[in-house]
Amino acid sequence: MAVVETVLTTDLLIQARNTARRQKVTSVIVPIATAAALVALWQVGVKGFGVPTYIAPAPSDVAATFVDKFPLLMQNFWPTFFESVAGFVVGNLAAILIAVAFVHSRNVERAFFPIAVFVNTIPILAIAPILVLIFGPGMTAKVVIAALICFFPTLVNMVRGLQAVSPQTLELARILSASKSEVFWKMRLPSSLPFLFSALKISATTCVIGAIVGEWVGADRGLGALIIDATFNFNSPLLYATVLMSSGLSVLLFALVSLTERRIVRW
Amino acid sequence: MESKETLVGQPVATRDLPAAKLSGATVRFGTYTAIEHLDLEIEAGAFYTILGPSGCGKSTLLRLVSDLIPAASGEVCVFGKSTEEARLAREFAFVFQDAALLPWRTALENVELPLEIGRKRNVRIPVGPRNPRELLELVGLKGRENALPHELSGGMRQRVAIARALLCQPKLLLMDEPFGALDEMTRDRLNLQLLEIWRETGTTILFVTHSISEAVFLGQKVIMLSANPGRLREVVDIELPEPREMKLRDTSDFTRHCAYLRELLETC
Ligand SMILES: Nc1ncnc2c1ncn2[C@@H]1O[C@H](COP(=O)(O)OP(=O)(O)O)[C@@H](O)[C@H]1O
Ligand SMILES: [Mg+2]
Repeated sequence: MAVVETVLTTDLLIQARNTARRQKVTSVIVPIATAAALVALWQVGVKGFGVPTYIAPAPSDVAATFVDKFPLLMQNFWPTFFESVAGFVVGNLAAILIAVAFVHSRNVERAFFPIAVFVNTIPILAIAPILVLIFGPGMTAKVVIAALICFFPTLVNMVRGLQAVSPQTLELARILSASKSEVFWKMRLPSSLPFLFSALKISATTCVIGAIVGEWVGADRGLGALIIDATFNFNSPLLYATVLMSSGLSVLLFALVSLTERRIVRW
Repeated sequence: MESKETLVGQPVATRDLPAAKLSGATVRFGTYTAIEHLDLEIEAGAFYTILGPSGCGKSTLLRLVSDLIPAASGEVCVFGKSTEEARLAREFAFVFQDAALLPWRTALENVELPLEIGRKRNVRIPVGPRNPRELLELVGLKGRENALPHELSGGMRQRVAIARALLCQPKLLLMDEPFGALDEMTRDRLNLQLLEIWRETGTTILFVTHSISEAVFLGQKVIMLSANPGRLREVVDIELPEPREMKLRDTSDFTRHCAYLRELLETC
């Protein structure tokens, strides 16, 4: 009897696991197959209609350029990478510290939040030249632009996260006679982490955009500069390869943040 | 030598003092009077349950005793001290309706929380005879020390909260509908466990519930409050054989108490 039952439950378990695996496989295969089909369609379309390469290169042309110009691409990848990461760190760190100040004092929030909103409403394309004028053509201006673009979403999310402690948790803190700093370190900060990470995931992709916009305005190195260069030289395959490279950078940073999140936020 | 003296001296002193004493206590929220002129003495070591229509100020009463809200007038003492002094000395603990566990901490780490609060400021933290692991065992959660709250059922979470409340060996345990959100079977089991803990630790318990039978089953005394504004209606003695067991609920004495309270509640 017991044996039969065990066999039955094992069977059910295996079945359930197989179904789960099949679903997982499907969820990976479907998007990949769709993307592959679109690329194939693009290849056939461009070649079939004889579209000139400088208007729209075929995937095969882009791939060939990617391989040929790989050293050039990498040479321009690293500056953009460093600017993005530095901007990410600086912008988010500033946002986190200011969020802490906001939560600590309502007056600080009243004084500075409107300014933060105002800065956020200026289009990044308008502010980039100003910053390049101020900081010169070096890396600093790009880091500042990348930081600026990261700043606002993290500020808003972090303030919300620090305030997301339940009233009962705060009452528990009072009953234990917790100090303000204990409430901050043991309750507010941990409870803000899920909010912080959703902001960091946005920043991970936007910081790359910030760095590239900065390079457009004035730089001779970096993926942004390469994009401008390839466009003016009608080198479409190189342009496409550079675009691929920069979205690859975004995906890389996004994946790093997601992995960190999964290790830290386990609740 | 000194510690011996306090060991002998303290229980005698606390036995004479009421666990809580309210004299003409009034609580207002703006112009609304939630509790009006409440006189009440809570005998140390007893199990009190609090009943009353919803919104009559049951939670407010517990929050008043635990120094979460101030009295507008009147006086509240806990073991002869002000509520603030009693809070700083960790003489009471609170169990909320939702367990109020920190979701990023394991069950064990949640129970340990009271030890961490105040440690860096050199606050003297009273500790009971049981360490956090033993407390989790006491509430029947041995083996689940490393589970996160979201991996536990509602009943288990509430038991973690009770273990956490017991850590500093409180002389008064305030419980605000702690089992209100649980299914009946879980609630029965936890009621028995709670009675066992109460008998063993000798702590005073103030337990808010909206279930008449739970109030009768647990309480030696039932505090009935009436609404608008919250006033003391009656303190009903529940004389039932100790220790209380499940089958007590089928006796006529038990149902008589329930019927009396139900009638009383209708007039509150
Ligand atoms: N923080 C507050 N601000 C204003 N009114 C409150 C507050 N807390 C409770 N009240 C009011 O006081 C009354 C008693 O509330 P409460 O003690 O929570 O009732 P219950 O007996 O259901 O636990 C209710 O009418 C409620 O609306
Ligand atoms: Mg209530």
